[in-house]
Amino acid sequence: MSLSACGGGGDDGASKTVRVTLANHVWTDNIKKALPEFEKQTGLKVEITQLGEDQLSDQYNVKLNAGSADIDVMMYRPLQEGKLFAKNKYLADLSAQVKSGKDWDFSDFQAGPVEATTYEGKPVGVPIITEQEVLYYRKDLLAKAGLESPPKTLDELKAAAAKIKAADPSVAGFVARTGKSAAVTQFSSFLYSFGGDFVDGGGKSALNSEAAKQAYAYYGGLIKDSGPANVSTDMSWPEAMAIFTQGKAAFYTEANSLYKNATDPAKSKVSDTVGFAPFPAGPAGSKPYSIPSWALGINAASENTDNAWKFIEWATSKEQTLAQQKSGVPGARSSVWANPEGTSTFPEDLVKAIAASEKTGVGHDRPLVVKVAESREIVGQPIVDAITGKDAAAAADTANAAFQTFLDDEAK
Amino acid sequence: MADAPETPGWLRWVDDHRKWLFAAPAMIFVAALLVFPLAWTLYLSLTDAEGSVRAESDFVGLQNYLDVLTDTARFWPAVGRTAAFTVVALLFEVGLGMAIALLLWRPFKGQRWVRVAILLPLVATPVAVGMMWRLIFDPNIGMANRVLGWFGIGPQPWLAGQHSALPTTIFIDVWQWTPMVVLILLAGLTSLSDEPQEAARIDGATTWQRFRHVTLPLLMPTLTVAILLRGIDALKTFDILYATKGRGGGSFHEVETLNVYAYGLSFDYNDYGVSSTVLILFFLIIIGAMWALTARRKEAQR
Repeated sequence: MSLSACGGGGDDGASKTVRVTLANHVWTDNIKKALPEFEKQTGLKVEITQLGEDQLSDQYNVKLNAGSADIDVMMYRPLQEGKLFAKNKYLADLSAQVKSGKDWDFSDFQAGPVEATTYEGKPVGVPIITEQEVLYYRKDLLAKAGLESPPKTLDELKAAAAKIKAADPSVAGFVARTGKSAAVTQFSSFLYSFGGDFVDGGGKSALNSEAAKQAYAYYGGLIKDSGPANVSTDMSWPEAMAIFTQGKAAFYTEANSLYKNATDPAKSKVSDTVGFAPFPAGPAGSKPYSIPSWALGINAASENTDNAWKFIEWATSKEQTLAQQKSGVPGARSSVWANPEGTSTFPEDLVKAIAASEKTGVGHDRPLVVKVAESREIVGQPIVDAITGKDAAAAADTANAAFQTFLDDEAK
Repeated sequence: MADAPETPGWLRWVDDHRKWLFAAPAMIFVAALLVFPLAWTLYLSLTDAEGSVRAESDFVGLQNYLDVLTDTARFWPAVGRTAAFTVVALLFEVGLGMAIALLLWRPFKGQRWVRVAILLPLVATPVAVGMMWRLIFDPNIGMANRVLGWFGIGPQPWLAGQHSALPTTIFIDVWQWTPMVVLILLAGLTSLSDEPQEAARIDGATTWQRFRHVTLPLLMPTLTVAILLRGIDALKTFDILYATKGRGGGSFHEVETLNVYAYGLSFDYNDYGVSSTVLILFFLIIIGAMWALTARRKEAQR
């Protein structure tokens, strides 16, 4: 029991223990290693609960729903749960805190990520990890197929994937996520590059636009024609990444933040032949998503907000962000990206791909709604329909109607 | 004894109500753990609670029930899958379980090792079992398709197929839970006395006749228990389905049973009202199934 009945120190009776809930991520491993330094500096004790993504969501749903105060700092996904949590008033308003530290410098954080962690004009989170979609490819397979450089357009990608699959049917030309919900984020870059989006400027569903129909048909068709044999429609990144790192696929579109899985010889059979390229251009150019995938927030029910903020301030400091980035976790601080040291450990072609993505990137990778999980199932349906050979345009029309109903429902 | 000391009033009260007093802790415990969640779920099912259960919600009466019972896209298919999963899995488990129990009934050499081997799947965690079979059934790199390849059979989609996913999960359930049926039936068989068997043998009954007219009727109570326990468990299966196909029972809801559906409604959609409605209906279905089974049993006993 860490309820401090009498602190003795005369402060507001806040506990000396900060309870932090984090997701399984390289970022978390790094923080855990650096933690003793923070504890020594501040005299605070940090208790970390670490969970997988799905379990983390469930945990928040249960505990925050019950108004539990036993989480102080929470790692959450701004685009997945941010709006829901903020609307439910689970996330404390950090307006005062972000202005407090001089060295910490909130203005150093990239604008896109900060926008995603802001609700109704107030910051409710601090972005820690950013992501863009890039093209992972196999240099050796490209050379074997007589291609000199990775595809620059989606048309080139399609042709190259087909060529490689035709040369050796046991190696897929292309692999990507196939699960209805999981695929949505990685599909979004295809959608934008064809000139579409989930919702149009007027807040209406745009899934039946010509661009969206083409994007659905392209993504599904590419996996159906040049993807692995007997492809499952349940793949998220671990499954798709496994196929790529087992040497069973030539091209793979995925978030850059997962690149270590492909370049680490302990995890990947293709570590020395993997290359990275910017997302191939479609009719509307190359428009990958560029988003904050994770952020830190403070539980609004926490009774220990001051110490919780101390933890966040330390974990998102320039030094920590630089250390994180050196170990391969892309952060959200401009100064760290500008610092040559900040990109020194990244593969050179990946740094170039990230730089290119950041210029043209789109700030969301899924519909910007409150009930994200439900919306992903709706907008993801045409993807799996296209993969299993159904008519993508018809599926997009059906999904469009369902999505419009969903949006109307949410607007109520 | 006319001058017995006067009993204080409260003690007499305690004495008069002692059956309630002694049972009270247990009753309060049951109320707290069973009645409260149930009543709360029932209440939620009559509201439009969503987002957060602490957020304001409106009482909507039976609207949720109306919506759910007319939902042919998710609810009724889930009911169908739940029924199919339970019935098929139960048939195989009881059939195979009976056969294995009869084989293990009579002592033989190495019996202990065989029993241990057969009971092993039972002690494994369902989630681990799900993950294991998921690897075995992987369409591209899994063991199952490689073995089929040795016999010249082409690769099958297994869990990845839209129509083969549910049968595959049923197979996994049968693999894991048949041992439990074996265990229960074996306990029943060992407790049977040998005399009726011997009498039947002397009368010249064949093996089948002895099984059909002696062993089976004597074993009936145990069999009902096995079917009841396993049936309720199969209806509520969640772990194996979730571990093999993930949220929503796959991209086409291939293995979405009522339990998986209700989970998705509350944890993915945060639609607590509708989710509670599905759970209450599911609860009624389970009670109905139990009642039907026990009613038949009573009839058979009469």
